[in-house]
Amino acid sequence: MSVVIQVENLAKQYRLGEVSTGTLVHDINRWWHRVRGREDPYLSITAANERETSSDQSYVWALQDVSFEVKQGEVLGIIGRNGAGKSTLLKMLSRITAPTRGEIRMNGTSSSLLEVGTGFHPDLTGRENIFLNGAILGMSKADIRSKLDAIVEFSGCARYLDTPVKRYSSGMVVRLGFAVAAHLEPDILIVDEVLAVGDAEFQKKCLGKMKDVAAHGRTVLFVSHNMASIRKLCDTGLWIHQGRLQKFGSCEDVVSDYLSSVSADQAWHTSVDQRVLSEHQKKPNLPVYITSVDLRSAGQAGVQTMDALTLRIKYRAAERFLNPGFMVSVQTESGVEIFRCSNMPIRGQSFAAVNQGVGEVRLRIPQLPLAGGRYVIDVAFARAGIEHLFRLNRVATLVVENTDVFGSGLEISQDWGMVVVPHDWELIEGDGQGNG
Amino acid sequence: MNDQNTAELASLSGRQWDLVIRPRGRWFDLQLADLWRYRDLVLMFVRRDFVAQFKQTILGPAWFVLQPLLTTLVFVVVFGEIAQLSTDGLPRVLFYLSGNVVWMYFAGVLTATANTFVSNAHLFGKVYFPRLAVPISVSVSYVLKFLLQFLFFMGFVAYFHWQGAEISFHPIIALFPVLVVLMALMSLGLGILFSAMTTKYRDLRFLLDFGVRLLMFAAPVIYPLSMIPDRWRWFLMINPMTPIIEAFRLAFLGQGTVSIGHLMYSAFFTVFVLTAGIALFNRIERSFMDTV
Repeated sequence: MSVVIQVENLAKQYRLGEVSTGTLVHDINRWWHRVRGREDPYLSITAANERETSSDQSYVWALQDVSFEVKQGEVLGIIGRNGAGKSTLLKMLSRITAPTRGEIRMNGTSSSLLEVGTGFHPDLTGRENIFLNGAILGMSKADIRSKLDAIVEFSGCARYLDTPVKRYSSGMVVRLGFAVAAHLEPDILIVDEVLAVGDAEFQKKCLGKMKDVAAHGRTVLFVSHNMASIRKLCDTGLWIHQGRLQKFGSCEDVVSDYLSSVSADQAWHTSVDQRVLSEHQKKPNLPVYITSVDLRSAGQAGVQTMDALTLRIKYRAAERFLNPGFMVSVQTESGVEIFRCSNMPIRGQSFAAVNQGVGEVRLRIPQLPLAGGRYVIDVAFARAGIEHLFRLNRVATLVVENTDVFGSGLEISQDWGMVVVPHDWELIEGDGQGNG
Repeated sequence: MNDQNTAELASLSGRQWDLVIRPRGRWFDLQLADLWRYRDLVLMFVRRDFVAQFKQTILGPAWFVLQPLLTTLVFVVVFGEIAQLSTDGLPRVLFYLSGNVVWMYFAGVLTATANTFVSNAHLFGKVYFPRLAVPISVSVSYVLKFLLQFLFFMGFVAYFHWQGAEISFHPIIALFPVLVVLMALMSLGLGILFSAMTTKYRDLRFLLDFGVRLLMFAAPVIYPLSMIPDRWRWFLMINPMTPIIEAFRLAFLGQGTVSIGHLMYSAFFTVFVLTAGIALFNRIERSFMDTV
């Protein structure tokens, strides 16, 4: 098998912070160095990609010294934590952004699927959008026309084909988008975690389609957080950690190494999305702002089913307000709410007021009933009992380990239902009037 | 192992790759083959612009002709009736309509393409296609719109001719296709030049929106070039659209102040901005996702 992708010493530098007059100064300085044939002065002062440690340096290496090769027909799974540089790698492979250093060489046509339904126009009908989206992904009109029936059938949206897409449910939009993408026939297919959306049945369909693609001798690069699907699909694994290549080799080896490093590291289990927080803090005129969210379990390792869990929300109130309401909603990654906690009205615990200044709200869940898997958490505040102030969508991610709750030897994951409830079985023979 | 050796050998022996992605591209890399492969995309974009623009409107494509018509009526009242500006002896409606149709094309393409990167950031961030497809499709839709407005204008010319107004065609009419191509390429070139520069420094966009509006007063849209005293005329001639508007009027109405030299200036200007625009655009498209 020949090598179809060759990546050599690939690196990408990003500038942090906002564009302002300072950027202009840097640009001029950089240009002046280049004119004199010197090296870019900002390349040497760049920090490594470490999300947790804050640094004063305004440049960061999102990716550094990454080299690997992919052979024809191989399915490569790319894994790593949020922010490790996986998406940056995909963006360079897809020609969306250019590398700062290094080189990528490819043979054959390539298509990337970093999102489903890219470029859909809400006012156009389903049929028009199939043509538009197909053209954006690089198909010719004749190509799309010949595959139209297959695309429509795969999407299951035949009845709504001549309805504007803005009237579609979000699930239908995703199905239509994936249907178009599934009928691309590139030599190299690059797929980001697009399977995280949509229901279970749809995800199964997508995985099946990707297997199909691989079976036809095409090369697939696939990013996912779902180790089960990586294991099922991939031959080779690539693990990126803090912008560097940590391990490259057989999929099984890479995934197991990655998983053991993950469970050794607690922070990952309760990762808080700092972007959601900082966006919230930029909003003007709120009487109260959340400064941090923190999730802790009693367990030493990760969070397990039936663990006691404490959620601490630190706030800063600009003014005193009466009758505060706090809400925490726990959902699946695709956004289905599993349970909700609120002091009012659900729990019936009212507080008189939140005073001006800083403080902390604590939510204790004595026995977390969630099965092993990833969940996302929303946090919302209200005042005067009902007046909605804000809601931070997906502010935290909670990873529950598969746990042998009942000592039966089975580690319960989401495949066995989202919620684990204590239960007992009894078998009563005869007419049921026996011992009672 | 064996495979790896062959691969190394292949790369050592200078194997040809279909695609090589490097930090910096060449300054002038048109990627015409790539663009040609995506020609259906350009047409889809044009179609999308037309269809989406008039969904949920009652008058639909009638807006294409209503815009220049209403502007012309306002000009007739304000600049013609109230300010009593000269129109080279031409009927006021025809004079302002001709100026408006040409200027609206120029201003429209310039402001729309200048926003290429900013308004398509989401799309560009998710999928690769030759980025030039977007400004080119904008130009194509505006050319179609222009031709529609031009037919409308010709309707007025026919009506006024029938009414006995003093208008006539001029042999320069043979240059009409050249004029259209010239103004299409000029506005495209200027537009992509600005689009490349606005990605990082948005200040330029304000400058552009504002500048295009002011520039109209430095073009013979509301007054003829002949009205301007000789010693000030050079100032108007800096504007490369001036010869095009004057040539357009001369061709279809028989009045206008233009020479081949003036048109050559516009042509040189076009070649210059188009070259500079493409070069800068190529540079920016490779890394703009990091700065937008």
